[in-house]
Amino acid sequence: MGLGAEANLGDSIITTKLDEAVNWARSYSMWPMAFGTACCGIEFMSVAAAKYDISRFGAEVVRFSPRQADLLIVAGTITYKQAPVLKRIWDQMCEPKWVISMGACACSGGFYDNYTTLQGIDEVIPVHEYISGCPPRPEAVLDAIMNIQKKSYNESIIKERDQNFKGILDA
Amino acid sequence: MLKTDMLINAKDIKSTITRLKNEEDYTLLLDITAIDFLKYPDVTPSRFAVIYVLRTSNFKKQISIKSYVDDNTLEVDSITDLYYAADWGERETYDQYGIRFKGHPNLKRVLNHHQFVGHPLRKDYEITKGQICTETEDLMDEMLPLLKRKGYSEADMEDLMMLNVGPSHPASHGTIRNFVAMEGETIAACVTEIGYLHRGFEKSCETHNYSQIIPYTDRLNYCSAILNNIGYSKAVEDMLGIDITPRAKMIRVIIGELSRITDHIVCNAANMVDLGGLTNFWYIFAPRDKAYDILSKLTGARLTNTYTRIGGLEFDLYDGFAEDLAAVLKDVEKAIEDSLSLIEHNRIFHDRTQDVGVIDADFAISAGITGPNLRAAGVAFDLRKNAPYYGYENFDFDVVVGSHGDVYDRIMVKFEEMRQSIKIIRQAMKELPDGPLNVDHQGIILPNKKDVYGNIEGLMNQFKLTFEGIKVPKGEYYGYTEGANGELGFYIVSDGSGTPYKVKCRPPCFYSLGAYSKIVEGDMLADAVVTMASMNFIAGEFDR
Repeated sequence: MGLGAEANLGDSIITTKLDEAVNWARSYSMWPMAFGTACCGIEFMSVAAAKYDISRFGAEVVRFSPRQADLLIVAGTITYKQAPVLKRIWDQMCEPKWVISMGACACSGGFYDNYTTLQGIDEVIPVHEYISGCPPRPEAVLDAIMNIQKKSYNESIIKERDQNFKGILDA
Repeated sequence: MLKTDMLINAKDIKSTITRLKNEEDYTLLLDITAIDFLKYPDVTPSRFAVIYVLRTSNFKKQISIKSYVDDNTLEVDSITDLYYAADWGERETYDQYGIRFKGHPNLKRVLNHHQFVGHPLRKDYEITKGQICTETEDLMDEMLPLLKRKGYSEADMEDLMMLNVGPSHPASHGTIRNFVAMEGETIAACVTEIGYLHRGFEKSCETHNYSQIIPYTDRLNYCSAILNNIGYSKAVEDMLGIDITPRAKMIRVIIGELSRITDHIVCNAANMVDLGGLTNFWYIFAPRDKAYDILSKLTGARLTNTYTRIGGLEFDLYDGFAEDLAAVLKDVEKAIEDSLSLIEHNRIFHDRTQDVGVIDADFAISAGITGPNLRAAGVAFDLRKNAPYYGYENFDFDVVVGSHGDVYDRIMVKFEEMRQSIKIIRQAMKELPDGPLNVDHQGIILPNKKDVYGNIEGLMNQFKLTFEGIKVPKGEYYGYTEGANGELGFYIVSDGSGTPYKVKCRPPCFYSLGAYSKIVEGDMLADAVVTMASMNFIAGEFDR
């Protein structure tokens, strides 16, 4: 006899809406792809390390392959040279997928208002959650992950997100 | 007036530097850059000048050489056959200023993308004019000649596998792209491409006043931001000719060494994750987080501290700092021991790291590698000993040297340097002097808030310093400190106003990364990953 839900429910059938079941599963098993380029990437390492422990939110399976991830965390400055790389990674991720823009540079170019820095990643890919700070504290990243969980919980699997998005690199 | 040490004719560049290298022992090329005098208040013989900074083989003396470039040709001789480091140094100068180096084997852009038009550090290039890059470079223009030089025929090349490692790859530690030609598991040739995190540090410096640049220096090497703050502030203070107070010096030593420890922790932890051992990461990241707690209590930020000010420091130590620091140092010592207990006698660790990624001492110097990477190769070069500042000569600590220059040496040198830093911090805490934190100079340090709100002189002083910045005497100067990765230099040109005319950062990583492709050729791909991690490349630093 198990100790979990099966102990009470046994071999029975539960009825619920598909959206509810799928969203519940999705929101507690985010697989982040950390696109860490700079300082924020180092702070993301802290989020994953022992003290802040991203695994409390079911998001500890950090993948560096876009094909295995459903949450893109852009942590760091994106330059014009990097932008096509970022876009390609976003394109390679399978649906459903979300994007967190971590830190001032990724959100708006930060204080790098100059010839080389992309003034916000939303010029290239859609963004679902912005985190302020330069770099943000690890708690802020956890907060953003919780917000994405909430968002993913309220979505429908039949609706496609971001279909109207058009960035500067989209033909 | 601050000047370069030598002013030479452009056609004598090659002969002069050859003589300096062969006869006067200037074996280390630190940096190459250029200055665009288009908007400089003084009349100059021509618009552009190139600058070379060299250091002698006993590392005590450094020399800067300047030469005006002919406006019509914009061409000078390349010195790539004298120093390996000149390869990337000249490419960067070409990329940013458009000065061509005659005889350079591969003069192409290094920081900006290949579709970029113009040269951004020229004074007539508008700072906000970004240029969209639509596709990445295939790099075959570099790879094919390289393979040909190595004796591969067209038919041989068919059998090689071309592989990209990076720019977004978990093993590339930041945004570095290595394009390798594989012969089975062995790297036949490697081309490194950078610039994916080029954030225009030097151009941004030209539009901000001296104090506003300090936050930018944080983001050069974000693993040890305070060491960068110190390096930059010290260069500006030297130009101003001011000596900071004994208390400020000692606090800079303490916090700087603490930053060195956190930097080495990140490098070693990440390195051992690449070797497949995650336990080390948990062990040594825990005290690092405690060190960050101290830094956030002291400076208000974890990573990007902006702790120094020109002429002193932002805050004095808080009450209870000494106890917090002592606890962290103890934790770090414990973590080093724990971590070493896992690897010290571990056969797999030894096999994976010993005789892997070997850097030969002569090559390291020719390539301009400094810091722990050079020391691991057996060269005892540490600016804290060779050209001491802030009273480092009074501390009892050792320069840590390796014997082989392999990955094992680099990891162990970093572990031992952490111990030496702990030793320095403990001595410094014992001798921490009382007294003022900042210099008493109204043109440099902001006045007390009491004066700002209480009298017109204070108000005017605050206004002038905030809006116009600190007036640095006209001239040019190269200031240097021992950063976590090696010699961190700032070549600053001042036109006498509150905004620098030009700031060139000499990042230690830039030159060690320039040498990387040569180091890993002939190694296995898996070893190249470990070699990369052990050399501690920080993207913010080499790309700026």
